[in-house]
Amino acid sequence: MQKELLVTADAQTLAFEVDCHLFQGSCGFPAPSAWSFIFDPIFTIGPVEFNKPMLLAIIGTFAILALFWAGFSKPKVIPGKLQMIAEALYDFVHRGIAKEIIGKKGEPFVPLLVSLFFFVWMLNLWAIIPIAQFPVSSLIAYPVGLALLVWAVYMTVTFRNNGFVGGIRNLCVPSGLPKPIYVILTPIEFVSNIFVRPFTLAVRLFANMFAGHILILVFTIATWYMLGTVLGTVYATASFAVTLALTVFEMFIQALQAYVFTVLTATYLSQALEEAH
Amino acid sequence: MLHLAAEEPQSPLLPVWPEIVIGLICFSIVFFVFYKKLLPAINKALDERREAIEGGIEKAEAAQTEAQSVLEQYKAQLAEARHEAARLRQEAQEQGAVIIQEMKAEGQRQREEIIAAGHTQIEADRKAAASALRQDVGKLATDLAGKLVGESLQDHARQSGTVDRFLDELEAKAEAAR
Repeated sequence: MQKELLVTADAQTLAFEVDCHLFQGSCGFPAPSAWSFIFDPIFTIGPVEFNKPMLLAIIGTFAILALFWAGFSKPKVIPGKLQMIAEALYDFVHRGIAKEIIGKKGEPFVPLLVSLFFFVWMLNLWAIIPIAQFPVSSLIAYPVGLALLVWAVYMTVTFRNNGFVGGIRNLCVPSGLPKPIYVILTPIEFVSNIFVRPFTLAVRLFANMFAGHILILVFTIATWYMLGTVLGTVYATASFAVTLALTVFEMFIQALQAYVFTVLTATYLSQALEEAH
Repeated sequence: MLHLAAEEPQSPLLPVWPEIVIGLICFSIVFFVFYKKLLPAINKALDERREAIEGGIEKAEAAQTEAQSVLEQYKAQLAEARHEAARLRQEAQEQGAVIIQEMKAEGQRQREEIIAAGHTQIEADRKAAASALRQDVGKLATDLAGKLVGESLQDHARQSGTVDRFLDELEAKAEAAR
């Protein structure tokens, strides 16, 4: 059944009221909740509970590598179809993000940016892949891990490029402003660059994917919930249409968020690489 | 799985450390394969392609430049050849005129030479004939006179130059009569 397929990830949520329909009996709408993001472990090793999102992250890793391995492992001067697609994707990050935002100095960071973009996109993409249907990045741990990594690179580059004092200046004292403003601006810049940036980087991705998943769940569950009588079927059909529209919308959001994550990383690195004035 | 109402789910805002670790491990795998293998490979291919394209363009440009220079060379050569031909024609005409002139002059000279030689010859012949005639006439006259007189007047006539004198007088008379 199609509807069941669409909500597989939430079998747990629906399990206790799976046969609940609006016009048949009187049970409440089984709204998605925080439970929609918690999975039973597939197996447990010590304290680590291996669950479905972890499996998806690992499969995703190999999916990205498989695509680019097929495209790039034996590159030809005159590319085949797959190499052309992979090249276009690579070029989007290389030219569109690294060169556009950091410039010539961004070349060493291209592997990082390329990996970030495709890894984040893949984690997001799981939300609409049948059977998987769960955005791994809607679990905050994944964005947090990546944001911490980006933060570590950002700090390393800042201090390596500017030295300790120069690094602090780079982080806290934006140049070219009237002196009194620095009294206010320096603490703001300090907090913004060192604490807020990694936090928002992680939360932005997490919240977008979390909200997107909830949206799709609401309408998917509603489709199932309203099914039954003729009137209910009409409602359910409308709800299903919204689900489809949202799925398309989510496809866009997934790519966009991966792009935003990578662009912000590039922006931070670009600032870290800026010459002191 | 049944969730009891009393059971609270973990807050979605709290990261779980094994997920951070798995996420970072997965990312590291992606990063290192890209960093070590895939991106160097594709960059090499892209560089090669760029070189091939640039090489092609350079080659085409070189060929064009060469063609241009060869064309100019040909044009220059052609112009030079035309110029040379015109010069040669001019020269030939001039030379022809000179040759004709020379030949005319030569012809004239030769004709005059021949005529002069003819005149000289005729004069010489005439003189020879005249002197031979004079001698013969003298001899005949003296012989005839000797026969008439009866003695040889030859030696006498020869010694006195009577005959010559007579003839000279005749000639002078002829000259005067003319």
